[in-house]
Amino acid sequence: MIQAIAFYLFAIVVVGSGAMTISSRNPVHSVMWLILAFFNAAGLMVLVGAEFIAMLLVIVYVGAVAVLFLFVVMMLDIDVAEMRAGVARYFAIGLALAVALAAEIMIGIGAWSAGGVKIARRAAPIDSAVPNIQAIGDLLYTRYLFVFEGAGLVLLVAMIGAIVLTHRERSGVRPQNIARQNARRPQDATRNVQPPVGEGVQL
Amino acid sequence: MIGLTHYMVVAAILFTMGVLGIFLNRKNLIVILMAIELILLAVNLNLVAFSAYLHDLVGQVFAMFVLTVAAGEAAIGLAILVIYFRGRGTIAVDDANRMKG
Repeated sequence: MIQAIAFYLFAIVVVGSGAMTISSRNPVHSVMWLILAFFNAAGLMVLVGAEFIAMLLVIVYVGAVAVLFLFVVMMLDIDVAEMRAGVARYFAIGLALAVALAAEIMIGIGAWSAGGVKIARRAAPIDSAVPNIQAIGDLLYTRYLFVFEGAGLVLLVAMIGAIVLTHRERSGVRPQNIARQNARRPQDATRNVQPPVGEGVQL
Repeated sequence: MIGLTHYMVVAAILFTMGVLGIFLNRKNLIVILMAIELILLAVNLNLVAFSAYLHDLVGQVFAMFVLTVAAGEAAIGLAILVIYFRGRGTIAVDDANRMKG
């Protein structure tokens, strides 16, 4: 019973906040609704016993991706009113496409629940005695080790790519040149003089 | 009792909403990226639900990989968005026709 209540709560909030994400007037509000959607999706995942993915979702999406979105939204100086101008033009075709897509997926779900496909063999059966995180770790570091390393490589490339794309050389500024500072010697920079009295100094 | 079909319906609605978001926000590249995140979230939800109900852990492992790709995609997408805005002063994808593609 409590499971059903929790499921419907999470499901309704995730769908509602998803709708608000795409229809919000202000992009900052969109990010906030997206965060709510991710939290509730994590709740849905906890309900079926996938705690690790749920926590990962909260950490990665809410902790990193949403903050990244917020930074970009707040850094760009965008005209909010101008951005909503084209909504009416694309609403009809977008809605038609979305309804068609939803109908197709529903047909697929109906066919699946009518017993269309039978899966004979489990690739990695869940052992209820082993905790979820431990089971995923066992699988990830043995059978999927190379895929895991590849995922790390994807993140590395994404990081380097983002830096390369957004980095720019600024001209007209005089940054600190540490190598030149360290190479400077006293005998090059100073000189010993004995100025005669009454004749001023030479600069 | 909550079955797998319930999860599939929720994920389907979320996926459709993401597709609709791409169409509705043609003037706003940031919300398009958020809609793509919604689509990937729906896919993850399906993977995890199937993994739990079919008692097969591989779905959760692949949900993690989808998460990795989604994070990388968000970083690269936002970087492209920033340089696009720097060059054009707008983030409307309607105007992106310089290459006449």
